Amino acid sequence: MSKANLLDRRQVVSTLLANRKNVVAIGGLGASTNDMCAAGDHARNFYLWGGMGGAAMIGLGLALAQPKLPVLVITGDGEMLMGMGSLATIGLQKPANLSIAVLDNEAYGETGGQTSHTSAAADLVGIARACGIIDSRAATTMAEVEAFAKAVHDLSAGPRFANVKIDSAGLERILPTRDGTYIVNRIRADLGFQPI
Amino acid sequence: MHARADAADTAPNWPDDIFATLQRFDVRQVPYVPDAGHSKLIQRVLDSSTMRGIALTTEEEGVALLAGAWAGGQRGVLLMQSSGVGNCINMLSLIPILRFPFLTLVTMRGEWGEFNPWQVPMGSTTQGVFELSGVKVLRASHAAEVPAVLEAAAAQAYNALTPTAVLLSQRLIGAKVFTK
Repeated sequence: MSKANLLDRRQVVSTLLANRKNVVAIGGLGASTNDMCAAGDHARNFYLWGGMGGAAMIGLGLALAQPKLPVLVITGDGEMLMGMGSLATIGLQKPANLSIAVLDNEAYGETGGQTSHTSAAADLVGIARACGIIDSRAATTMAEVEAFAKAVHDLSAGPRFANVKIDSAGLERILPTRDGTYIVNRIRADLGFQPI
Repeated sequence: MHARADAADTAPNWPDDIFATLQRFDVRQVPYVPDAGHSKLIQRVLDSSTMRGIALTTEEEGVALLAGAWAGGQRGVLLMQSSGVGNCINMLSLIPILRFPFLTLVTMRGEWGEFNPWQVPMGSTTQGVFELSGVKVLRASHAAEVPAVLEAAAAQAYNALTPTAVLLSQRLIGAKVFTK
């Protein structure tokens, strides 16, 4: 069921990736990874179909390995809640090139729309900030999403976090490739690494 | 049975052997959940200019981190104790799916003179959990065999993409002594 004044997830993700340049983007398990594909397949898209709770940590590993590249994690509230400790790990490491955007529909959309902890209690913006991610924003307008998309390219001021309140309406699934080895090796090749 | 060596002047040398091997294999990211048995190695890593020690809140974070590190061109190794292996189980599914080099060094509890019964169940299933999850298990029980075991483990993990866990036995580390 859609509510008024909430953002459209596809529009949010399209905006985050519109001028992506050299961004490596990680899409968390669930609709987020589909949204990333809907915005256009890309050699630097890291689509997750599993490993729930791991998206932010994959982002951290990439960000530390490639400090001159912007790394953007796009994931859902349920996926982020499962990996909440990783916000403390990221807050400690403070990778300046890592950004995390949570698409928060306050529900587990893939499994029947059961309400998540963000619907009534958990404040991910506050959690991220309290974990040491000082630039932690609540985004409720497209202007705020656009500002965050721009900030992703600032490699001196991260890590940063944005919680974007989105509409919970179910959308047509746009499915990315689910061949994990292909996904990783395509990113590695695009970054200039040879196969083993 | 021998007690765990905690004082610096009695610290064992095998962690230095491990550090040297990791350095030779160009390991760059070292996620860890602290364990007394890993304390010397963790300190070597934190003092290193080529390796980055990354403190985790739970071990599964380290599995995901190593996947990202590999996508970005770096090798890593996960340091944990046996009780942390259970925390990793679902995240271990990333390893065959993404096919990145996975090496973990696990200090064992729940065996060889253990005092704390709460360590025994997970310590007893550590090897089985790895094997069911597709991770090959090697074990070092004596300081003298640590270099050869580490060399073999690192070689198969990084050269052949064979997911590998090295269990550093409680016999090697020494059983933790609980004093009042």
